[in-house]
Amino acid sequence: MSDVVLETKGLVKHFPITQGIVFKTRVGAVRAVDGVDLQLRRGETLGVVGESGCGKSTLAKLLVGLEKPTAGSVQVRNEDMVRLRGGALRRARRHIQMVLQDPYTSLNPRMTVGDIIGEPFEIHPEVTPRKGREKAVQDLLDTVGLDPGHINRYPHQFSGGQRQRIGIARALALKPEIIVCDEPVSALDVSIQAQVINLLESLQDEFGLSYIFIAHDLSVVRHIADRVAVMYLGKVVETGNDEQIYEQPTHPYTQALLSAVPVPDPRLRGRRDQIVLEGDVPSPANPPSGCRFRTRCWKAEDICAEEEPLLQIRESSAHPSACHFARPRDVLHAS
Amino acid sequence: MTDIQAQIDVLPGLDPGAQLLEVNDLHVEFRTRDGVSHAVNGANFRLEPGETLAILGESGCGKSVTAQAIMGILDSPPGYVTRGEVKYRGVDLLQLKEAERRKVRANRIAMIFQDALSALNPVFSVGFQLAELFRKHRGMSRQDAKKRSIELLDQVRIPAARERIGDYPHQFSGGMRQRVMIAMALALDPEILIADEPTTALDVTVQAQIMGLLAELQRERDMGLILITHDMGVVADVADRISVMYAGKVVEEAPVYDIYARPAHPYTKALLSSIPRLDMKGQQLSVIKGLPPALNAIPAGCAFHPRCAYARDQCRQDPPPPAYDVALGRTARCHFWREVIGDE
Ligand SMILES: Nc1ncnc2c1ncn2[C@@H]1O[C@H](COP(=O)(O)OP(=O)(O)O)[C@@H](O)[C@H]1O
Ligand SMILES: Nc1ncnc2c1ncn2[C@@H]1O[C@H](COP(=O)(O)OP(=O)(O)O)[C@@H](O)[C@H]1O
Ligand code: SF4
Ligand SMILES: [Mg+2]
Ligand SMILES: [Mg+2]
Repeated sequence: MSDVVLETKGLVKHFPITQGIVFKTRVGAVRAVDGVDLQLRRGETLGVVGESGCGKSTLAKLLVGLEKPTAGSVQVRNEDMVRLRGGALRRARRHIQMVLQDPYTSLNPRMTVGDIIGEPFEIHPEVTPRKGREKAVQDLLDTVGLDPGHINRYPHQFSGGQRQRIGIARALALKPEIIVCDEPVSALDVSIQAQVINLLESLQDEFGLSYIFIAHDLSVVRHIADRVAVMYLGKVVETGNDEQIYEQPTHPYTQALLSAVPVPDPRLRGRRDQIVLEGDVPSPANPPSGCRFRTRCWKAEDICAEEEPLLQIRESSAHPSACHFARPRDVLHAS
Repeated sequence: MTDIQAQIDVLPGLDPGAQLLEVNDLHVEFRTRDGVSHAVNGANFRLEPGETLAILGESGCGKSVTAQAIMGILDSPPGYVTRGEVKYRGVDLLQLKEAERRKVRANRIAMIFQDALSALNPVFSVGFQLAELFRKHRGMSRQDAKKRSIELLDQVRIPAARERIGDYPHQFSGGMRQRVMIAMALALDPEILIADEPTTALDVTVQAQIMGLLAELQRERDMGLILITHDMGVVADVADRISVMYAGKVVEEAPVYDIYARPAHPYTKALLSSIPRLDMKGQQLSVIKGLPPALNAIPAGCAFHPRCAYARDQCRQDPPPPAYDVALGRTARCHFWREVIGDE
């Protein structure tokens, strides 16, 4: 399948929990990402949603090589990033770049915008020869809708939305095929958010980019993503296309998540299916046995504690769902 | 206890029959080295018992400053209320002495914030902080205060409240901490609760729990609720009326159904069409060009004109548009509101 540009198999990241300062002993592990299989196709946007702490950012860092996995593989254009070393790794990394959430802390305040956007060229000099760099940076500024004349300004001279554009320009510098966006619009006001979403969409068309789009806002993800993966406690619990996830969700967690999102239409008030979850998410250092959602699930039975439900197509779920009792339920529309 | 109640009721001019809360022409400015920031430029609204008024707007438009001015907790200097009135049951709070103001704050108008950790004292247990309120303001005995604290934590659905009153704020999860803060705010049975982005930092499933709790407590107590938020989904779910703020002014005020169905101000209309919807796929997101203005350089005329799709010479040249009456209980500060409301 040459169409697949990114694939993870059994991806795991455990952060050790240690005790003691001089003689550290390992007393456990935070299972931040715990066996994730994903596929991203060329030109596609895969949305990743889930509540804070479910492992989205750790997954993003694993994909771009900022964290080393505890187990599993990350294939980018059919090369296993985890195994590559030295020059080969450096060359492979070019193809997958990242945009971060916080436009205020993700840019070095002491560097000019030109230096920030041009920095990747220092690491990958083969992409643009030295004398062409200023022009390349100006072109990038223009591409993301900023004034190329502002190349010598500093990050604080830009608004939040403009800074996010700078981060996008930096990610585009090496002409990657894939961009991993970790909550790229979460910190922005709605009117600015729409500008950045539209920019990401038009860049995708222009350059044939594939996106992993991570967000906790399910409405934004519905707007931008072709397919969606829902995460809970380090695992993907349901994946499918827009229609499957939003109109026919089969995992109870997806259903609860969707039902909790308020819709900006007062006529739907009290007329939608409401699922209110009790309690908090358990600790990823000590996840429940079997199905990790069972402690908050209204459908749980004995088997849920005993047997881990696999993420697979089931008789009552036409798309992969990790629930023994997967079954579609409409939680978005008025009943 | 009745003694104490009587004591609080001694607020000169208090008229139990008057409007619960009425804010008229409120102006707040910040005098800083960089000049004067006009954070609030004539905010008006009213609140009834049992009603939820949402104040909606993007960051920096003056929502929190408005709330701080109502509460009398404005950071001053550099912040000053320069004009207007904040009338609680007929009494202009802005004219009260600080000691009286403090009594109103504790007993009548309470506030909760986005960040519960900064609103709670980290070095005292939550039980102690609650009990102190009852002892100080209600003259309760240690034992009664403790009992009442447990009841209250129960009411805000803290599981095993009795075992948890010895815990410190950091020992609670984000959602539970928000509940503790709500308990503190409601301890002295205020008539008005101002909630400033109470769920912005929370995950949606926790947000749903907290909004549900607030709605229930409000109903039980017939409390007036001012909900400050930038989230048009939350507003659609809970508000009775909405005031939309832009650059320190309420640019549109309307009952919730009307404003979503037929916005009368170009800013409201543009906001509504710039948000992606959960229950629809593929609609084009319209964009509001540009940025909100710097508050020390608010454009002349209508402050929204540089970003407005309806703007023409009148918007730039005339004084800022007044609050035109659109319908009963509905106003919009746009010269062309008829056009805005009519064209779909
Ligand atoms: N460097 C780290 N060391 C230890 N634990 C971490 C580290 N990074 C993340 N975690 C933990 O891993 C879990 C997943 O975190 P994260 O990937 O940031 O989630 P999300 O982005 O979905 O909010 C959390 O419990 C978090 O505390
Ligand atoms: N302590 C302060 N000192 C100076 N300016 C302030 C202060 N607090 C608020 N402001 C100004 O008031 C404006 C409105 O702030 P705020 O009411 O907090 O906005 P929001 O609508 O996001 O709650 C801000 O843009 C800021 O310029
Ligand atoms: S008054 Fe003019 S500029 Fe202001 S919102 Fe109305 S049309 Fe737009
Ligand atoms: Mg994250
Ligand atoms: Mg605020």
